[in-house]
Amino acid sequence: MITATNLSKVYNGTKVLEIEHLDIPSGQNFGLVGNNGAGKTTFFSLMLDLIQPTTGNIFNKEITVSESEEWKPFTSSFIDESFLIGYLTPEEYFYFIGELRSRNKADIDSFLTQFEDFFNGEIIGRNKYLRDLSKGNQKKAGIVAALIGDPEVVILDEPFANLDPTTQIRLKKILKELSQTAGTTVLISSHDLIHVTEVCERIVVLDKGKIVKDIQTSEATLHELEAYFSREIAES
Amino acid sequence: MFKHFLWLEWKSFFRSASFGKSLGLKILMIFLALYFSGMFLLFGIALFPLIKELSPEADPMQVVNRFALVYFTFELIFRFMLQTLPVMDIKPLMHLPISKIKVVNFVLIKSLFSFYNLLPLFLFIPFGILCIIQGGYGTLNILGWIIGMYAIALCVNYFNFIIKKRFTENLKALIPIVIVGLTFALLDYMKIFQISVYFGKILNILVERPYLALIPIVLLVILYKWNQNNLYGKFYLDAGIKGKSKTANTRDFVWTKKFGSIAPFLQQDLKLIWRNKRPKTTIYLSVIFLAYGLIFYPNEAYQGMPAFFVFVGIFVTGIFMINFGQFIPSWDASYYPMIMAQNIPMRQYLASKMGLITFSVIVLAVLSTPYVYFGWNILLLNIACALYNMGVNIPLLMYAGSFNKKRIDLDKSPFMNYQGTGASQWLVGLPLMLIPIFFFWIINKFINYEVGVGFLAVLGIIGLILRPAILNFLVIRYRKRKYIMIEGYKQKGD
Repeated sequence: MITATNLSKVYNGTKVLEIEHLDIPSGQNFGLVGNNGAGKTTFFSLMLDLIQPTTGNIFNKEITVSESEEWKPFTSSFIDESFLIGYLTPEEYFYFIGELRSRNKADIDSFLTQFEDFFNGEIIGRNKYLRDLSKGNQKKAGIVAALIGDPEVVILDEPFANLDPTTQIRLKKILKELSQTAGTTVLISSHDLIHVTEVCERIVVLDKGKIVKDIQTSEATLHELEAYFSREIAES
Repeated sequence: MFKHFLWLEWKSFFRSASFGKSLGLKILMIFLALYFSGMFLLFGIALFPLIKELSPEADPMQVVNRFALVYFTFELIFRFMLQTLPVMDIKPLMHLPISKIKVVNFVLIKSLFSFYNLLPLFLFIPFGILCIIQGGYGTLNILGWIIGMYAIALCVNYFNFIIKKRFTENLKALIPIVIVGLTFALLDYMKIFQISVYFGKILNILVERPYLALIPIVLLVILYKWNQNNLYGKFYLDAGIKGKSKTANTRDFVWTKKFGSIAPFLQQDLKLIWRNKRPKTTIYLSVIFLAYGLIFYPNEAYQGMPAFFVFVGIFVTGIFMINFGQFIPSWDASYYPMIMAQNIPMRQYLASKMGLITFSVIVLAVLSTPYVYFGWNILLLNIACALYNMGVNIPLLMYAGSFNKKRIDLDKSPFMNYQGTGASQWLVGLPLMLIPIFFFWIINKFINYEVGVGFLAVLGIIGLILRPAILNFLVIRYRKRKYIMIEGYKQKGD
């Protein structure tokens, strides 16, 4: 589904991302972990053509993302609050995204009913603008908006951050179902090793822009990751 | 402490995303500033001999005092329209051990170093000196007068803050002030209650008793304190960020559905305009400036210069275009990455923006039809100007927009949020007006009025016919600039 070849991004002479080859098959639940500055958000931004690669390309379903806009109809994402339109109410925002993905109001309304639990009564029908919601509630709205219109690829940057514990558990369920039942390719990044091992079938560890581990998730994965990230502390 | 603030200001100026653009504008502004300083200085020197020549028996000092109130009123109006208020991002400072009053004082004192406060000195000082040399006034008397007058000018400075503050928060608050001002002007004009004469007499007393200059100084201090309290009271996050979480207005603009594929974007833009203070002011401005023609059309002085009417025509039908259009696509800055990553083809996005502005030009052109009262030639010229706006100026503005990379914070706290409401905003509009005026002036001079009108209309129509091709060009341009724009919009603050 998604292929990155020879991909690199250089900022002022510093290489922040260098991926020789990465292949993400269709329907995979893909997790990206790494410390700050590892290149997770850079990779996602490159996937969405928000920044230009220094070398190489990303192909989304064989479409070169930096050359054509054809990947947009089947790809959706939520990176940060800059993906929300602050002066809209959540409903209006969902309807707007719906229209961009050719779903009418009724489609969206029925789509939203399955997220009633997830929203916990704090999003719909509150007559508040998105900018007036708390960070956590903004995130909820953004994540759900990214699922509108049955996209084939969903990209979520740090979806668990800022969410309350109950919502985190609900989100894990939603994300697992997404790839299992609908066959959606889901890409997430996280700092929380437990969440990411629970949700993702495959986990890639980035360090200073390079892939250092590529693991098919198993019982031992969490331990392996913990060992990896505590190695420097252990050394000193 | 002020040293630290200055250091912050310095950094934010040189590190801002719009540094290059604002530097160019700043150079232009410096030229304008020099020009106006020269003009004021010249006027200040010439004022005394001029009055002596026009009415030899009058005392120039009394004549000047007689018109002082009119001068200060105009100063207030000009300051209101042109002066940008000093801004400071307070959020990062709030939790630091800095006393609030120091921040407030810094902002208020910084405003004193504005160019607008320098200009009156060019006027008052040379005139005062000439009064001493040629008018036989005492040095102390004139010193009192200069200090008093300058204190009043600074009062205008702070008074303007108070008005401007209320204006941006609530436009209706301005209406009583305008009504009171107009009433006094009318009473004065009809010689029922000549407030300007009384004001002049008070100033004459000031010249006789220079120690009375203390009164305007006290007034100045009071206004300063008033501003201080105003700002101090707003020095809370919830005053800006949370306080105004009122119930959402959920008007839907269903009628936009008629516009097919660009409908969702149109709807979006209309919500953008109605729900955010800044874009909303552009609507009010459009309506107010619709009356702009009334200043020019009945005026004898302009009858021989139809090129001036081109200016009015472009301005009246294009005021929304100028005010709103020049910040495209910065209005969408806070969610530009989303616009770029969502299922929105660039072409449709740009087409909808152009559609919205075109629509505004049509509406304003229709609203300006009553000007037919001043003659059919004016109506025709206005229609030609509207066509020119639609065909030529809109693509020009869209092209200029691709250079925009300065963020506009729609939901920024109302604490001194005046981004882009200064003189530079009007300068951007100049080429949009000067080019058609130039063409029309040439043709009107060498051929005739009708051909000039026709020429502008034809230029506009050509632009409209070529619009699909222009759009293609703009799409390439915006795609190329996309990454720079996303990067620039990430930078908050000035």
